[in-house]
Amino acid sequence: MALRKVAIVGVGHTPFTFGGEKTSVELFSEAAMEAINNSNLKPKDIQALYCGNCLGDFSEGQGMVQSYCADDIGIAGIPATRFEGACASATMAIRDAFIWVASGFYDIVLAGGVETASKMGTPLATRTFAMFTDSHYEYPSGLTFPGAFAMLAHLYSAKYGISFERLRRQMSLVSVQSHHYGMYNHLGQLHKEITVEDVEKSFMVTSPLTLYDCCPFSDGAAMVVLASEEKAKKLTDKPVYIIGVGQSSSGKYSAQYKYLPRLRARELSVQQAYDMADIKPEDVDLVELHDCFSIASIIAVESLGFADFGHGGELWEKGETKIGGKIPINISGGLKSKGHPIGATGASQVCDIVKQMKYEVEPQRQAEEVKIGLTDTLGGDGVLAHLVLQRGW
Amino acid sequence: MEVKYKLTFKGWNNSLKKNKLLGLKCRDCGKFTCPPKMTCQECGSINLEVVEMSGEGKIVTYTVSYVPGEGRYVEAPILIVMVELDEGPWIMGNLTDIDPNRASIESLIGKRVKLGPHSKVYPGDAYSTGEEAQGGEARPTFIFA
Repeated sequence: MALRKVAIVGVGHTPFTFGGEKTSVELFSEAAMEAINNSNLKPKDIQALYCGNCLGDFSEGQGMVQSYCADDIGIAGIPATRFEGACASATMAIRDAFIWVASGFYDIVLAGGVETASKMGTPLATRTFAMFTDSHYEYPSGLTFPGAFAMLAHLYSAKYGISFERLRRQMSLVSVQSHHYGMYNHLGQLHKEITVEDVEKSFMVTSPLTLYDCCPFSDGAAMVVLASEEKAKKLTDKPVYIIGVGQSSSGKYSAQYKYLPRLRARELSVQQAYDMADIKPEDVDLVELHDCFSIASIIAVESLGFADFGHGGELWEKGETKIGGKIPINISGGLKSKGHPIGATGASQVCDIVKQMKYEVEPQRQAEEVKIGLTDTLGGDGVLAHLVLQRGW
Repeated sequence: MEVKYKLTFKGWNNSLKKNKLLGLKCRDCGKFTCPPKMTCQECGSINLEVVEMSGEGKIVTYTVSYVPGEGRYVEAPILIVMVELDEGPWIMGNLTDIDPNRASIESLIGKRVKLGPHSKVYPGDAYSTGEEAQGGEARPTFIFA
């Protein structure tokens, strides 16, 4: 089937905060109206809404939020669909929006996500995030979501024969860099430089991950407007094309035993995206990847094709992940510093790459000429999704 | 043709509470699936039989959780281990005969373990009220072999 080209014609992004005062619908509407205004459109031009949201049921007692979101911006009546794929929800929503526009079914779709995870407080948030692991066979052992990546960190050290001391330092360098760039992201949650020592001295959440190895709980929303190429050309002279998409699933943690600490779903998903875009990892100028935990970044770069297995952390040791390096990563501050309102995170990643392409981010974190960007979003231990974005001018 | 689940969570859970770890052996490829699924995790077959697993294996990774989910703070710190069973599959559980604060890569990874005398049971919370979870949800509870 021939697919039409699809562009992002506008983005919107609320500040990411801890303990904010706004509801999910309010946050959604602020991000949505910004994206719609930036697209030179009106809400009535939107034909469908695809909205990521994971835990609104728990944080606000609000299910089915997508319909109220559509109503809030004056377009009740359109088909509105909620996507739940843990922390990858918004990327799934954008991928599906892409498919429906590419297929010709719609011309203009609003997609992204919203979350108010911080409202739950740490005990309930930890409980509900653990729902993104197997509830019957693995949660009874005491597993939490950080616990899953903590186990991967120990496994990584043992499997690749890298001393724990060295891996510990590599993990710290990941967090230090994220906090550095996050300092300048005015929409980010944390604005604080940290040191390797700060990471290693902060309290232990789940060994070996300390507080500064882990992203915070966050509230926020991010939305994008997708349009067919024909419509996009009428709306903007700076369309950002989605040229590759991927999504993959996996079973419970123990069932992934043949590949761990590699996440096979990531390799399958990103390969779909690379193949569709007809690019190789070395063609990518900027990556926003899913650094829910410091070790997660090291594991991710290997499966994305930026480092050999067992050598991911060397990119941070050598400074290759900074602006001007071999592969700039998470110049937004990443989930670690920018914050991680889980249902919105994938759309936030897209927003930042689009703004980087347009030279619209703070000068202290503006990357050099970004022509091709990649987003990598992980949901629980069961979803991976990827988008390849291309500057259209 | 009706296809029935060979080994449900309820059956697996009730057995583990009596310290018997059940799994599935594939009649087609001869390999094991544990925890159970509808299909063989190696070849996808549904031609499976319920078997008792040895409950022995080696630790492949671990974490000590100091910040558990709501309602489980009393359990912290929790030493969670992933064990490669001798039959092949990996399974998550707890290790009880070491102080969690003394756990290290050197003291745990690669070490032989076996099911201890009593499986710990998570009593459940507001999100585990189904019949299959009545009486709590057991997890493999290991000791050093």
